[in-house]
Amino acid sequence: MSDVVIQIQGLGKRYRLGQTVDLSRTFRETLATLPRFFGQKARQAARTLAASRAAARAAAESSDPETPPGTFWALRDVDLEVQQGEVVGIIGRNGAGKSTLLKILSRITTPTKGEALIRGRLASLLEVGTGFHPELTGRENIYLNGAILGMNRFEITRKFDEIVAFAEVEKFIDTPVKRYSSGMYVRLAFSVAAHLEPEIMIVDEVLAVGDAEFQKRCLGRMSDVAREGRTVLFVSHNMAAVLSLCTRACLLEKGRLVLEGPTPNVINEYINRAAKEIDVPLDERTDRKGDGRARLTSVSVRNERGESSLRCGDRLRIALGYRADAALKGAKFLVGVYDHFDRPVFFLDSQSDGGFHAELPATGEIVCLTEPINLTPGPCRVNVAVLLNEFLADHVIGACGFEVESEDFYGTGRLTERKNALCLLRQDWDLGTIDA
Amino acid sequence: MAESATVPQISDPPTIRIRPSRGWIAIDFRELWRWRELLYFLTWRDVKVKYKQTLLGFAWAVLVPVGNMVVLGTIFGKVAKLPTDGLDPYLFILAGLVPWQYFANSLSMSSNSLVGYSHLITKIYFPRLFVPLGICIANIVDFLLAFSVLLVMILVMMGLPAATFVLIPFLMLIAMTLALGMGTALSAMNVKYRDIKFVVPFIVQIWMYCSIIVPASLIREKWGSLAYYLYGVNPMAGVIEGIRWCLLHNRMFVEKEGVHSAVEAPWGLMAAGVPMTVLTLVFGLYYFKRMEKMFADIV
Repeated sequence: MSDVVIQIQGLGKRYRLGQTVDLSRTFRETLATLPRFFGQKARQAARTLAASRAAARAAAESSDPETPPGTFWALRDVDLEVQQGEVVGIIGRNGAGKSTLLKILSRITTPTKGEALIRGRLASLLEVGTGFHPELTGRENIYLNGAILGMNRFEITRKFDEIVAFAEVEKFIDTPVKRYSSGMYVRLAFSVAAHLEPEIMIVDEVLAVGDAEFQKRCLGRMSDVAREGRTVLFVSHNMAAVLSLCTRACLLEKGRLVLEGPTPNVINEYINRAAKEIDVPLDERTDRKGDGRARLTSVSVRNERGESSLRCGDRLRIALGYRADAALKGAKFLVGVYDHFDRPVFFLDSQSDGGFHAELPATGEIVCLTEPINLTPGPCRVNVAVLLNEFLADHVIGACGFEVESEDFYGTGRLTERKNALCLLRQDWDLGTIDA
Repeated sequence: MAESATVPQISDPPTIRIRPSRGWIAIDFRELWRWRELLYFLTWRDVKVKYKQTLLGFAWAVLVPVGNMVVLGTIFGKVAKLPTDGLDPYLFILAGLVPWQYFANSLSMSSNSLVGYSHLITKIYFPRLFVPLGICIANIVDFLLAFSVLLVMILVMMGLPAATFVLIPFLMLIAMTLALGMGTALSAMNVKYRDIKFVVPFIVQIWMYCSIIVPASLIREKWGSLAYYLYGVNPMAGVIEGIRWCLLHNRMFVEKEGVHSAVEAPWGLMAAGVPMTVLTLVFGLYYFKRMEKMFADIV
């Protein structure tokens, strides 16, 4: 008997351009494709529609016969086998097809091509608290949410006390959840999900909720699930979580599965590929978030002497170029530095230095000078963001990268490598005296 | 899927084959049966939540038809003096309003239902058919409340209704089937064309005036039998006339050519609506299943 519980062959999903965003076509638009029945106005609408179709056609890869104009593949030719009891991480940038893969496997949407076989009961957690109703009490929502996740009444009743205890909401179990604090709400929602007992579990980013303490317990719960021999497919941007939970990882890029293997190797490859992205000038990057009221146009990381080769013990001089239509009020700049596993190392916030109270010119450069960094040699990646009055104006993940080069930090002639430590400290060692 | 090993009726873990689906997909009744508890919980939720944070709560299920009865009964019965088959105009109107309101509420709520459930549809798998079906079931509670008011009025004004009473569940089944058939089709259409949410209230309004104001006997008298049966193609006309007959008419006698005889049951009118109802359900389910695979992508 084979132990393969998930078998995916040539799986693909094609979307029409704009379908995921806004294709709630109205009757008018549909009718506009039959212009001979209508007057001048409809013909005009048809022309507009044709123009937008043409634009879509130009945008799509045109030569491919499987990609008709105006469509794109969110997921393409994915082959994957998952053994019973494996915990597989799925990583990739936004839009790489991770969510599409999970949605197909959870049967929320159907594939365009290929097939997937799933042996065993599967539960998917693409979100916690799906179906929670604010007017219902905690108790009622446990039953409702449990049923939505595929549990039956008997099972929910059996687990009820455990669920309530894990969520720590005993006192409020008969209160409508709209009166819960957001922390309580999330705890209860996760708790129901965590007590599912499917053979295969599909989890998407649900760990990015709650306070740090609760996140830790959720991660603990996840590794319990894995230890019990259940199969888990785990999608996350949190490389540290993927690294600690998953034995194997898959890297998706532009809808294709580009690499699978042991987790550290795949994460390394992901970071390396992300580093290549960085060669694109910041101003030309399109993978950004925020409302665009201000745009980050350049970023550079040098040391205090302006050299681009950085050594352990150098101070960082991070320069952010920006552009906006008008003078910036209430601007806040953020810089996050991540290691080769995408684990956060530093977080720099212009507010920690008092912030910019005066208006900033519409175009300019912001410079941040840090304390000496004591990082071991290795690559680092930088995320940048600018907020205006606490609303995200621009945000680029992996805006640039830098390499910390080896340096005889302790003056002993011996180097400490990244695999032993992330950070170095000068230290004094002495024989202690024991006071009686 | 997703049932625990503790469920006795499922022994082996199922193998699910996920493939592109094309065209007509048959309704998987075994799948619906496996998920029956969710239908129960969705229905229960709809009932439970409907009147939360209202002062009057379930009283609304009674106040709305009674309010409508006063307005419509006064305008059409007292002012316009439309014939009511010899019945009290308020009773005549209410006997139509109670089944009508069940149908209209089920129809308009289910046509908005998929869009309203989009947070569920894009996040989790379950038989989508439960969304409109749950609403049609949940509305039975409101119907029963309104119906009890109608019964009280009949008891006070006319005494005990006759044994034909037992036909009412069958007539309501027609109303429910029709609401489900139209609800599935319109809810699926609404996913793609949001125009539906503007169209439905309008249709419901016009349809109500076409179904509950004029007695069918008047149509036969004025325009003949053909018009009478054409009127019956609207299944709600048959349902409403049928319910009026069950509750009221069969206890009245008319004078025809000097002989007193019982009012005839509107069998023809009721029968005329049945094929239409079945057709609507088949089309609704077909269209719903055909669109189902796209719900999560375009809702």
